[in-house]
Amino acid sequence: MDAAFLIAAGLTLAAAVAAMSLRNLIHCALCLVVTFFGVAALFLLLGAEFVSFAQVMVYVGAIAILIVFATLLTRSAGVTGEPLAFQPWLVGLGIAGLVVGAIVTSVAGSGLLPTESSRIVAAAPSTRELGEQLMSTYVLPLEVVGLLLTAALIGAAVLGLREPKPSTPPPKP
Amino acid sequence: MAETLDQAFVLLKQWLVDRFPADLQPLLSAFLSAAAIVGVFAGLFAFTTWLERKGLARIQNRLGPNRVGPYGLFQPIADGLKMLTKEDIVPRSADQLVHFLAPIMKVVPVLLAYAVIPVGRNMVATDLEAGLLFFLAVGSATELAVFMAGWGSHNKYSLLGAMRAIAQLISYEIPLVFAALGVVLVAGSLSLPAIVDSQAGYDWGGLARWHVFTPWGLAGFGLFMIAATAKTARSPFDLPEGESEIIAGHMVEYSGFKYALFYLGEYLSLFAISGVGITLFLGGWREPFSWLAWMPSYVWFGLKLLACIVGFIWLRGTMPRLRADQLMNFAWKFMFPMTLVTVVAAAAWHLSAGWNFTGAGLWRWALDAAVILIPYRLLGARHLAPRTYRFAD
Repeated sequence: MDAAFLIAAGLTLAAAVAAMSLRNLIHCALCLVVTFFGVAALFLLLGAEFVSFAQVMVYVGAIAILIVFATLLTRSAGVTGEPLAFQPWLVGLGIAGLVVGAIVTSVAGSGLLPTESSRIVAAAPSTRELGEQLMSTYVLPLEVVGLLLTAALIGAAVLGLREPKPSTPPPKP
Repeated sequence: MAETLDQAFVLLKQWLVDRFPADLQPLLSAFLSAAAIVGVFAGLFAFTTWLERKGLARIQNRLGPNRVGPYGLFQPIADGLKMLTKEDIVPRSADQLVHFLAPIMKVVPVLLAYAVIPVGRNMVATDLEAGLLFFLAVGSATELAVFMAGWGSHNKYSLLGAMRAIAQLISYEIPLVFAALGVVLVAGSLSLPAIVDSQAGYDWGGLARWHVFTPWGLAGFGLFMIAATAKTARSPFDLPEGESEIIAGHMVEYSGFKYALFYLGEYLSLFAISGVGITLFLGGWREPFSWLAWMPSYVWFGLKLLACIVGFIWLRGTMPRLRADQLMNFAWKFMFPMTLVTVVAAAAWHLSAGWNFTGAGLWRWALDAAVILIPYRLLGARHLAPRTYRFAD
């Protein structure tokens, strides 16, 4: 294992642990950002440039901002004094185990894992190949995802538009 | 001779790197590139502060800095010393670590962005295959710095200013990406040196084949630069700073060199985004006419960058600041649809490249211009009517 992988993986894990265990919700969100950067670095080490930069752009540029905005808009200042309740950790562990199990079994069963012979040959697909695949083989999933996101966007705009009616009419210009 | 002059810095770096043992060479090469970027663009920052103060003074009928050195040229040094010796005040209730990290988070991603910008022939630090995406990705990381500054200061006003600033930055990121998308569509690559290469060659007796000389390119360049102005919080989109309304928004609790770091980050991102705009639309380091090809490539890049900076200063001196609702309406109701239209126009241009009949070039131009101009009239028509004032009559 080379040093770059160890640093990136260690950083990702440490930041993830911090994101779960810190008291201050904003600190948790900022640690989550470090995790996102770490995952992006891991992608980069695997030669997946496009995925890595998309990870930073989407998760750091949008999702992290969304998380902190949601935290600030729903709680007073994002600071909770009381410690986390003890009970949910068993449930959390169970759910995490289920998710990990599902991912591991599906990846192991997909036949996409590199074998000893393919590891030498398989070069990371270039950004151009990625784009061509998305526009030809995987065009239907792409369109479905796009439609879903558009529907969510319009729904959010409609929800945001609903304003309480003003009690007094605004002054005439 | 011209060839040697053009490659002077590349050859110099090669010569320097060759002096060292082979296992040190990759490291040294990366270090030299990074050192050159930091040195040159930090120097340009100092020069730009002087130029901006002089330019604004000229627009406002003043003299501007004229005490320190000839024409006030040493003013940036005096400013820097002042900033260094100022007391660094951290509010007692501030989140110490986040407050400390925010200015660094602002400057470092901006410096990273320079890694993919080609400033001359063979003069790019790393030619990434997805270079444009890298630039956009590190650019989106600066929003986090704004949030960290606003929240870390533990001040209601800085937090409100930060949220306002982030709303603006996110809203204008979308037109910025879509304006750049047209170029990617036509060039067929996300790598910035490849995009420069896609603009090689000349039309009509010596005019370079830059993207800005096509209808979609002209519209795209205008929209890209407007979005860039908003993304770097320059006037008339300087609401995040808004010194007359919210004094400095998210930076209100910063002083001394940390405050200067925010300014450094702002100007560096202005240069970087101008550099990308030049690369995408203005042919990068390529010369505008074939008979000017003897000048070194980096000189052309520098001249274009300087022209962009002067344009930004001119805008700042002559435009009033937008209101927050005007800013958002402009982003979502004009910029965003227009950038989508430019993507369609770029696609039309790309598809009509194979036309081969008499007057094909003219028809291609007319069609592409119509694709841009008709939606522009429909979207912008209500803004062309005489203004009605709600409160100022």
